[in-house]
Amino acid sequence: MIDKKFIGYEVPPTLWDVEKGRIRFFAEVIGATDPIHLDATAAKAAGYRNVVAPPTFIFGAESDSGVLMKLLDTLKIDLRKVLHGEQRFDYHAPVCAGDTLRFQTRVADIYDKKGGALEFVVNDTKVTNQLGEHVSDLHSVIVVRHA
Amino acid sequence: MNVQVKIIDVGDDMPVLELPPISRTTLALFAGASGDHNPIHIDIDFAHGAGMKDVFAHGMLSMAYLGRALTEWVPQRQILSYGVRFAALTHLGDRVRCSGKVVEKLEHAGRPCVRVQISATKATGEITLAGEALVALN
Repeated sequence: MIDKKFIGYEVPPTLWDVEKGRIRFFAEVIGATDPIHLDATAAKAAGYRNVVAPPTFIFGAESDSGVLMKLLDTLKIDLRKVLHGEQRFDYHAPVCAGDTLRFQTRVADIYDKKGGALEFVVNDTKVTNQLGEHVSDLHSVIVVRHA
Repeated sequence: MNVQVKIIDVGDDMPVLELPPISRTTLALFAGASGDHNPIHIDIDFAHGAGMKDVFAHGMLSMAYLGRALTEWVPQRQILSYGVRFAALTHLGDRVRCSGKVVEKLEHAGRPCVRVQISATKATGEITLAGEALVALN
């Protein structure tokens, strides 16, 4: 069982640089052809400071910045048992190439169902950028299967 | 970018987005592009060790497709929030189909908005992701 003492645990904040090529790669893989993701001129014409990341890009950025592995390590969760249960984004400001994002993740809750066969870890992440803007809030539920 | 002024009303459907079958290549590329390197999606040996028959798709891949369906319908800056529950695994060969419907008009922080119920389904009709988006009308 995951120790409930970790409710309220805050992962040490991480920083992550948003690269133009990475936004393009992500957009291409999911088939998003809007030039605001691909071309700086088009993005600027649409009012962005540089190419803008698609809506869910920020989740992988958080993972890539090391938050998820740090969390699993600290809570002693076996990666093989992990499934993604829920994910929500609340958007406040765009994520553009050239930005540096800062992720502050906190464990909001830990609970179990089916007599402990399934455990749930609820995480809330506040994302800010180099301009001091509050970019978004991520809310995720991780499921740990013990069956 | 075209300035799109759309009249969106309760009962309207988001245009359906149908994707090609999930391939191992897509999963490998999505791992690299997204930064989600969980080997359960790209390494069959790891998947076997986790008790799975094969690798399976990132839930976030379908969520990205559903996000694409949203941004092909309304400008991205009008999406105020977007959330889903992952209801079933998406496997190799599955065709993801994204759809949505406007269910409510409301005001959020003084802005006129709509609440859109969205889902991803397989060709069998099984729902893999279900959730909603809050979309501003201006």
